Amino acid sequence: MADGTFVNDAALVAAKDLRLELRSRVAVSQVVPFAVLLLVIFGFALDGDQTTLQRLTSGLYWVAVLFAAVLIVQRAFAVESDDGVRDALRLAGMRPASVFVGKAGAIFVQLIVLEVLLGVGVAVFFGTTLTGWGLLIASAVVAAAGISAAGTLYGVLTAGLRVKESLLPMLLLPVLAPVLIGATRAMGAALGDVAVDGWSWFNFLAIFALIYVALGLFAFGPLLEES
Amino acid sequence: MTDTTTNPPGAGMGAPTRSGDDPRNTASKGTRVFGILSLIGIGWLVALGLGLSPDDQTQGDLVRLMYVHVPSAWLAYLSFGVTAMGSIMYLWKRSEWWDLVAASSAEIGVLFTGLALVTGMIWGRPTWGSYWEWGDARLVTTLVLFLMFLGYLAVRRIPADTHVRSRRSAIVALIAVVDIPLVHFSVKWWRTLHQEATVLSSDFDPKIDDLMLFTLMVGLVVFTLVYVWFMLHRFRVAWLEEQLLDHSLADAIEARRAEAVGTGATT
Repeated sequence: MADGTFVNDAALVAAKDLRLELRSRVAVSQVVPFAVLLLVIFGFALDGDQTTLQRLTSGLYWVAVLFAAVLIVQRAFAVESDDGVRDALRLAGMRPASVFVGKAGAIFVQLIVLEVLLGVGVAVFFGTTLTGWGLLIASAVVAAAGISAAGTLYGVLTAGLRVKESLLPMLLLPVLAPVLIGATRAMGAALGDVAVDGWSWFNFLAIFALIYVALGLFAFGPLLEES
Repeated sequence: MTDTTTNPPGAGMGAPTRSGDDPRNTASKGTRVFGILSLIGIGWLVALGLGLSPDDQTQGDLVRLMYVHVPSAWLAYLSFGVTAMGSIMYLWKRSEWWDLVAASSAEIGVLFTGLALVTGMIWGRPTWGSYWEWGDARLVTTLVLFLMFLGYLAVRRIPADTHVRSRRSAIVALIAVVDIPLVHFSVKWWRTLHQEATVLSSDFDPKIDDLMLFTLMVGLVVFTLVYVWFMLHRFRVAWLEEQLLDHSLADAIEARRAEAVGTGATT
């Protein structure tokens, strides 16, 4: 198969997933409100104190992103496991690697939208002034890439299992610990909360994303086969 | 004792061993040797660690915890290394044998990782003044490792076909192992970029008493023996479980066939 088909297949899968999300509106009506709710809960838990919330913005922001990401990943596979879409994709002769890129791509797009909305959320609820836009955006993009690659791997693994609701976060969150640390640091540096070199954390996040994309390309085939 | 030593890799469990004289336990001559050596070694380690070795000048009796803590940590990493190797070999060779090696090793690994964490925290309380120290990359990494392998064991417990379960868990183990250096690096960098010197650099005196070093070495050797001993037994149990699954199905089919023949139907 030529490389054109690879990209094409991936784009088809991603477009399919995004279309499903657009039409079902679950992401808009449940995941986003949940993420915003998390910000509000942090506000309650931390005494509604704006200075504390501003100081902790980067950490709270990324915790909210991670928890919402678990839901997005679960959604991405739940919508298809009932109809046997995974088998259909295999029957259609698509290579597992391109299915992986497609699924991860759709999750990535949703994460980016979520990150933007949560960015507005922290600006509104915590009163945080967003600065250092270059680093902020770049690190958010690579972190989303890492989360979606690792999430896609675990998503297909737990899809269709009865215990998936508890198993997915248990597997995914420890693995994403480096992303949480790196993204929090990078955002903290961009906002000027911590005096660290944010761009080196950007590099770290990029390496994480690359490793997990590579792992996904390699391991998605065997995982897809198993249903 | 019957001499039906179950030798998993080669012989497998043929029909004769199942009927009548099935093995009472998973021991064989080899494991008994390992067991006796382990027990003698543990006795020796207790004598050395609690009695013969001297107090540390700064840490006092606390240093004795090291003779359990360091070997446990070593076993934690050894066993997860074996799990990673077993998983890679499974994905390559597709042999149940390797999958069971990975599974057995992971179980022992979780046990010793827990032990390493607990002893580390008990040591940390009087030394650092707190049970937990976020600045210690090894400690935090070990905790994340522990959590990831709890996840691995959870994945293994999901009912599925043998080969589905094996493949699934092999990939989970692989992802976890790839993540470990990333976690370690990020934690290390996270804290060192933040606060300069931590109390933890004085974790171990470079100048260590001869007898203390010797005791530590004995600890490492004894714990490794214990690991091998546990591994042999755990693996054999896992192997027998697999055999039981296979045979009970075969037996059921056999019984069904016999029934069909008995009623005169053709098979």
